Amino acid sequence: MSQDGVNKGRRTLLVGATAGVGAVGAGFLAVPFVKSWLPSEKAKAAGAPAKVDISKIEPGAMLTAAWRGKPVYIARRTQETLDNLPALNGRLKDPENSNKEQQPAYADNINRSRKPEFIVLLGVCTHLGCAPKYFAEVQPEAFDANWQGGWFCPCHGSRFDLSGRVFNGSPAASNLVVPPYSFEGDNVLVIGVDEENA
Amino acid sequence: MSKQQNTLMGWIDDRLPVTQTYEKHMSKYYAPKNFNFWYFFGVLSMMMLANQILTGVWLTMNFVPSAEGAFASVEYIMRDVEWGWLIRYLHSTGATFFFIAVYLHMMRAILYGSYQKPRELIWIFGMLIYLALMAEAFMGYVLPWGQMSYWGAQVIISLFSVIPFGIGDALTEWIRGDFLISGATLNRFFALHVIAVPLVIVMLVVLHLLALHEVGSNNPDGVDIKKLKDENGKPLDGIPFHPYYTVHDLVGIVVFLMIFCTVLFFFPEGNGFMLEYANFEPANGLKTPAHIAPVWYFGAFYAILRAVPDKLLGVIAMAAAIAVLFVLPWLDRSPVKSWRYKGWISKVFIVVFAAAFVELTWLGTQPANDLNTFLARFCSVIYFGFFLLMPFYTRMEKTKPVPERVTGGH
Repeated sequence: MSQDGVNKGRRTLLVGATAGVGAVGAGFLAVPFVKSWLPSEKAKAAGAPAKVDISKIEPGAMLTAAWRGKPVYIARRTQETLDNLPALNGRLKDPENSNKEQQPAYADNINRSRKPEFIVLLGVCTHLGCAPKYFAEVQPEAFDANWQGGWFCPCHGSRFDLSGRVFNGSPAASNLVVPPYSFEGDNVLVIGVDEENA
Repeated sequence: MSKQQNTLMGWIDDRLPVTQTYEKHMSKYYAPKNFNFWYFFGVLSMMMLANQILTGVWLTMNFVPSAEGAFASVEYIMRDVEWGWLIRYLHSTGATFFFIAVYLHMMRAILYGSYQKPRELIWIFGMLIYLALMAEAFMGYVLPWGQMSYWGAQVIISLFSVIPFGIGDALTEWIRGDFLISGATLNRFFALHVIAVPLVIVMLVVLHLLALHEVGSNNPDGVDIKKLKDENGKPLDGIPFHPYYTVHDLVGIVVFLMIFCTVLFFFPEGNGFMLEYANFEPANGLKTPAHIAPVWYFGAFYAILRAVPDKLLGVIAMAAAIAVLFVLPWLDRSPVKSWRYKGWISKVFIVVFAAAFVELTWLGTQPANDLNTFLARFCSVIYFGFFLLMPFYTRMEKTKPVPERVTGGH
C-alpha cells in the first residue's frame, strides 16, 4: 500500500477517536458484569427483623441470635459489671463512643445499651469479621492477666469489654457494633427495628 | 530449520510452524549444562498445574456449588463416587505440592539471581502467577464449605474493608454478593476457581516460558552462556533441552512423585496443615472456630498481618510483603547474579531470610500468644530488611570474579 499523500494527522485523529469510542463502549459493556456481583434482590429481602425472647438469660450469661445471617450477642450484665465499666476507660481505644457509626444514638451512653443490663452487639469482630468469644468471668486469661470479662476474638486476639468497647493493643480499631434494636414489652427483643413499640 | 518436503510433517509445517516451534522450545533450546537440584521445580510446578487441572475437572463433575449442597457433595465424592477420594486427595495434596514446588522455584531465582537483567519480565510473570495461584488456592479452599472455608473467607474478604472513604465496605459487599459470606459468594468463587483464574494462570505460564526462551535460562553460576558459542552458533556451555533436560527432569519428577504419593496416601490431611480439622464441620456463620488459621502456604503472610497491632497497617504490611517481591529485580544492585559470587552479607541475608520465611509460615498456623507475636515481629523485620536493605548491601559488598564458563555440570 502506498504511503504517499497520507495525512498523518488525520489518521492519528481517526485512530484515536475510534479507540476512544471503543473504550467508552467497553466501559458501558463492563457495567452489567460489574453490577452483577452486587447483592441480589433475594439477598436484600432476607434482612427481616429478628425477635428474641430474653427472659431466660441469667445475669452474666449470653445468648447468640441470628440477624441477617450474622450473629448478634445479647448479654445480661450484673450491676457489679456495670459499676466496673467506667474504671476500664483508661485501657480502651474509644471509651466515650466517639465513633458514632458503631452504635445508634440511643446506645450512645456509658453502657452502650437501651436498658443498662442488656448489651446487644453484632458478633462480628471489627477487625476482620470473626465471631469473638464470650469470656464472662473476671479472672486472669491467657490473653490478658488482668481480664475483667468481655469478648476475645480467637482469630487475631482483639479484646472487648462487656460493653463491646475495644481494648488498647487490639488489632481491631473500633468498638463492636450495636445493631438497631428495640423492645416489645419486657421480654422480647427485636433486632433490626429502632422504634420502641411497647 | 530442517523442513521436510513431501511428508505429512512437511505439509503441516507449510501451514503451521510445528517443527519450528518444537525446535525453538525443545530440541534446539540450549540450556546451561550445569543445572542442579534447584532447577527441577519449574517443570515440577507445571506438572502440579496439570494435576490440578485434570483432577479439578473431575471434581467439578460431582461437586455441588451451593451453600446447601457443597459440604455434602464433598462427602459424597469422598465416600460414594468411584475413586472420588483419590481424585479429591490428588487435588488437595496437589495444592500443597504445587506451592512447595513454586516456593522452591522462587528460592532458586533468589539464590542465583534469575530475576536480574535481562530476566525481569520472567520474574514479573512468575510473581503474577504466584498471585493468581494464591487467589486460586484461597477460593478453592472456600468451596467445601466447612467451618474453616467460611471463616477463612470471612477474614480474607474483610481485608478489603480497610480501604477508607467507604470504598472498603462497598467493595467487600460487592465481592461477597451479599451482606455476609453466603451461597452467592460460594457460587462466584466456584466460577472463578474453575474457569477464570485457571485460564489466567495458564496464559501467564505461557508468557513466563516465552519470555524465558527469548533470553535463555540462567544457571547456578549466573554466567551468560550466549557469550561463548561454537562455530555453529551453539552456546559452548549449552545442551538441548530435549533430550538432555527432559530425561534429567524425569528423575526429579519420579522422586517428587514418590514424596507426593507418600503424603497423598498416608497423610492426606497433612496433620491439619493441609486439610484443617475445623473444616470437617459444615460452615456455621454464627460460630467462629476457636483457633482460626490459614493452610500452611499462606502462613507467612498471615503471620505478618497478625504481627502488626493495627488493622490498616497490618493489611498494608501483608500487601507490601507480596508487593516488594515484584520489584526485587530493581532492588538487587549487585554486579553478579549468583550468590556464589556475591559477598558474605548477601549470603548471610539469603539464608536468614529463608529461615525467617519458614518461621513465619509456621507462626501463621499457630495461635497468637506473646512469644509467637514477638517472633512474628522479629521475622517480619528480617523479611522486609532483606528486601529494603538490598540496594545498599549488594552495592557495598565485595563480590568474587565470575568465571567465563560455567563450573561443574554434566
